[in-house]
Amino acid sequence: MFRNQYDTDVTTWSPTGRLFQVEYAMEAVKQGSAAIGLRSRSHVVLACVNKAQSELSSHQRKIFKVDDHIGVAIAGLTADGRVLSRYMRSESINHSFSYESLLPVGRLVVRLADKAQVCTQRSWKRPYGVGLLVGGLDESGAHLYYNCPSGNYFEYQAFAIGSRSQAAKTYLERRFEGFQESSREDLIKDAILAIRETLQGETLKSSLCTVSVLGVGEPFHFLDQETIQNVIDTFEKVPEQEEEAGEGEAEAAAGDAPAEQGGAGDQDVAPMEM
Amino acid sequence: MTFTIPIDNGDAVKNAEADSQRTLYPYVTGTSIVAIKYKDGVLMASDMGGSYGSTLRYKNIERVKAIGKHSLLGASGEISDFQEILRYLDELILNDNMWDDGNSLGPKEVHNYLTRVMYNRRNKFNPLWNTLVLGGIKNGESYLGMVSMIGVSFEDNHIATGFGNHLARPILRDEWHADLSFEDGVKLLEKCMRVLLYRDRSAINKLQIAKITEEGVTVSQPYSLKTFWEFQAFHNPTAGAEGSW
Repeated sequence: MFRNQYDTDVTTWSPTGRLFQVEYAMEAVKQGSAAIGLRSRSHVVLACVNKAQSELSSHQRKIFKVDDHIGVAIAGLTADGRVLSRYMRSESINHSFSYESLLPVGRLVVRLADKAQVCTQRSWKRPYGVGLLVGGLDESGAHLYYNCPSGNYFEYQAFAIGSRSQAAKTYLERRFEGFQESSREDLIKDAILAIRETLQGETLKSSLCTVSVLGVGEPFHFLDQETIQNVIDTFEKVPEQEEEAGEGEAEAAAGDAPAEQGGAGDQDVAPMEM
Repeated sequence: MTFTIPIDNGDAVKNAEADSQRTLYPYVTGTSIVAIKYKDGVLMASDMGGSYGSTLRYKNIERVKAIGKHSLLGASGEISDFQEILRYLDELILNDNMWDDGNSLGPKEVHNYLTRVMYNRRNKFNPLWNTLVLGGIKNGESYLGMVSMIGVSFEDNHIATGFGNHLARPILRDEWHADLSFEDGVKLLEKCMRVLLYRDRSAINKLQIAKITEEGVTVSQPYSLKTFWEFQAFHNPTAGAEGSW
């Protein structure tokens, strides 16, 4: 995309019917580090890559618990993501208070989308620069939604957003048909493998990723490092025999080679983004 | 049952005006509601009377109404407040339907909403003068609860309001059991309603029984219970207490 004379205000249409500011906001999502979501009939897994600004700092939180039955993973301007997570928590708890029941995920997502749309139609606002993968469970089953800065939302079986998400999406596209009936353990394994795709060459360690699960009888919670490492070990140890390795992308060396935190360079990343 | 809240400037005229803005006592009232869970859902019975103090002024008031697809609401107490509540719920259900997604408010949600409304009104010293009975069934689970005018709310297998608290509850406690058939459920409710008819002076012999199951709501046509007045005790009621009436 190049600069043009219609891209200054979000309230200016281009002659071809585009709102460039909204599209630029979606670019911001692509700059953030990867976040992945998958769902089965009964569970939803959200995973993300832990990116730290430097070796000295801790990594930013990209997955938030909204309620026992809803979690959200973000990519893009994490500050915007934090604010929207607070909004989602507020909506969820208000519904619980008035109706003593869990807010249906579909309704939360529509409210989020309407909130995002407002920012695309006010000259004194800007669109939110964050994409949200909302995973949740309600009466109608397990759901995974993606909320765009544009105010659109879509439901997915599995999705990935952020930088190098295309690699993860390719992996997910190959395997998504089995997800609906997948077991909880297989779903987690697929999520971590999808994360591995985005690392492209970097050794996969539990410290590099955060994984969360929610499902029937299982409130939203994060998996601890040990659990994640155990799953990694099941496929990292025998890469040759693993059919999941797909194109035989074998991690030959043992995962002990110290990979630098911060990963393979992300050029052109503005300081406020991941 | 009158009381006034002190208002800032203590002006008597202002107090009177302010009082006319809030409910002080009920005017047209309905008497008991009796409801039970049974095998396929919930049964709720009420008579069709609306009393204006000690006068039985209105004899065709429906005090049990369907709410959405999954719930039944019965009310005793002030009829105009019941109508107001029906308006609130109408809006609630309308907004719920406007989402046009696969979700809908079940009886538990409606009950909780009503509890919030009743309690908030009570806190403002402007109550909705009703005891509400909320019954329903959603996804195979039946639900029955009540909310009072002061916001006290609970669920149970059988509910009774007003005089029903004193006259119907003992019968229900003795004779209710899980998985009642429809016929047995109706018999049990009729037994309670008959006692209420004999002993509650605001009750009339014209009742409706409403049923809610997974299929939906059915409200029966109004009908009367057979009564027997030839008991010896009624022939000479003051026999044991000369001079009384």
